Amino acid sequence: MSTMVADTRAVFQREMSLVLRDPFSVIFSLVQPLVFLGLFGPLLAGSVDPAVLNGASPLQWFLPGVIVMICLFGTSATGSNLLFEIMTGSYERVLASPLHRSAILIGKAFKELAPLIVQAALVVVVSIPFGFKLYPVHVLAGLLLLGVFGVGMGAFSNALAIAARKREWMFWAVQQSLLFPLLILSGMMLPLEAGPRWIQVLGMFNPLTYIVDAERALFSGSFSDPAIGWAVLAAVLTCAAGLWVGVKQVARSTT
Amino acid sequence: MIHTERLTRHFVSKKETIEAVKGVDIDVAAGELVAFLGPNGAGKSTTLRMLTTLLPPTSGKAWVAEASITDEPAVVRSRIGYIGQGDGAGHSFRVMDELVTQGRFYGMNSSDSHARAQELTKSLDLTSLEKRRVSTLSGGQRRRLDIALGLMHRPGLLFLDEPSTGMDPHNRANLWEHINRLRERQETTIVLTTHYLEEADFHAERVLVIDHGEIIANDTAANLKATLAGDRIVVTVDGNDLAAASAVVATRGSDLTTSNGSREVTIAGRFDQGTRTLPWLLRELDHVGVAVRAADVRVPTLDDVFLSLTGRSLREESEVAA
Repeated sequence: MSTMVADTRAVFQREMSLVLRDPFSVIFSLVQPLVFLGLFGPLLAGSVDPAVLNGASPLQWFLPGVIVMICLFGTSATGSNLLFEIMTGSYERVLASPLHRSAILIGKAFKELAPLIVQAALVVVVSIPFGFKLYPVHVLAGLLLLGVFGVGMGAFSNALAIAARKREWMFWAVQQSLLFPLLILSGMMLPLEAGPRWIQVLGMFNPLTYIVDAERALFSGSFSDPAIGWAVLAAVLTCAAGLWVGVKQVARSTT
Repeated sequence: MIHTERLTRHFVSKKETIEAVKGVDIDVAAGELVAFLGPNGAGKSTTLRMLTTLLPPTSGKAWVAEASITDEPAVVRSRIGYIGQGDGAGHSFRVMDELVTQGRFYGMNSSDSHARAQELTKSLDLTSLEKRRVSTLSGGQRRRLDIALGLMHRPGLLFLDEPSTGMDPHNRANLWEHINRLRERQETTIVLTTHYLEEADFHAERVLVIDHGEIIANDTAANLKATLAGDRIVVTVDGNDLAAASAVVATRGSDLTTSNGSREVTIAGRFDQGTRTLPWLLRELDHVGVAVRAADVRVPTLDDVFLSLTGRSLREESEVAA
């Protein structure tokens, strides 16, 4: 187990060197959520039924959605880096090393999650003057939940990259065609309650729906919302399934 | 250091089974430098990838560095170094960062890894490139970085897959200088694949000739050439002396071939120890009254060995493939 932690850390540090050596990429990644919050937020405020918000600021409802969205975008795209490494050859060198196979996947996912903390902190701080009420412990718990989910998403993304290694265009085709249905059907951008019944039913089969609901509960200062229990289950299942599929793909990746 | 028993790998492509490696038995002792020589697609790299645990065998067994490749792949990985055909360093990363994380992948702590990386950048002439992004390096620089990555954890057994493909002669010589130094200083066991005849000939202590997934010869380059090809002596004589000269050449030579010119003919034959036989042959020809106009001894290459084993020339095949 201790080597597992050390391996994950080594992979994470390697990945993070990309971010740290190129600070511009961090700055750019911070702009994106702000744009979303600044441009989409006001549109949403005008179109959402105030009853859904229980009198709270629309930011209280929308901000957790933006944070989940950043997490989803980052972790689901992480496979593209792996694909690049597979094509140039460095992935094979990593595979020839004694690293735990799951540490390779987890370390890579953490790299997508680390900036999330900075991004989340920024959007939260920026939102406070506009009426967002901060519950720090709850927000941290929410980020932890997202972390577990994100490791699973990252593993799925890397598994997809390995599966698509002989036809690179496949990666983006599959990633994009799954990303948007997942995103829309989770109620991340617009409440599912406003949609027709069949959309709501589809949403129930989307693990992300539970995550989004739980994040909203947490960001509003509640630990008792039943959505949180379901979200923990959804995150743990996503994480376990992602790593299982991912490790299987890693084992097959050199054939 | 390496022992395999009927190591086999099949690939299934479009419902067709391709037997890439057909039950090879390989033994490599500690400290040896062994080359797998063969044309592209012969199964050299597939064998190497099985030995380095990158590819599970279809059947058969193998022990590498005292561990089974199928039962304890992680142990094998920790004891060997592997330098593949692609760029080992990630293109987006910096040279020094890649070296240090490579050490960490093998369980070295941060300061040891830094010290070792510094040592290697110095000896592989990479010092000025430490902060450069890998994508900005030249082909030769990348290859030197690959070697450095493979040596970070001081493996006792090093695998190199086509190490000098695409290198210019200067860099190739440089590479071999490093490999030889490594063996002298640390007694590293080295296994490499190559389709360069000269490389196997000059540098390897033992050559395994692989063709169609099988090992068709296994000996030192000198023994392979002596037993499978032999020296050829070529003499040029007047056309009228053909019969008399051929009779003399045939007393000790074999595989005689003659070529007709307008007035001169050349007679070639295979001999043991060509350079020692030539003076005798010239004396004998003189004795029967044949005036030799030119004489040459042709020392065989591994290509002649491959030709005599398979009826095909390795040189032509690699050129076609390249």
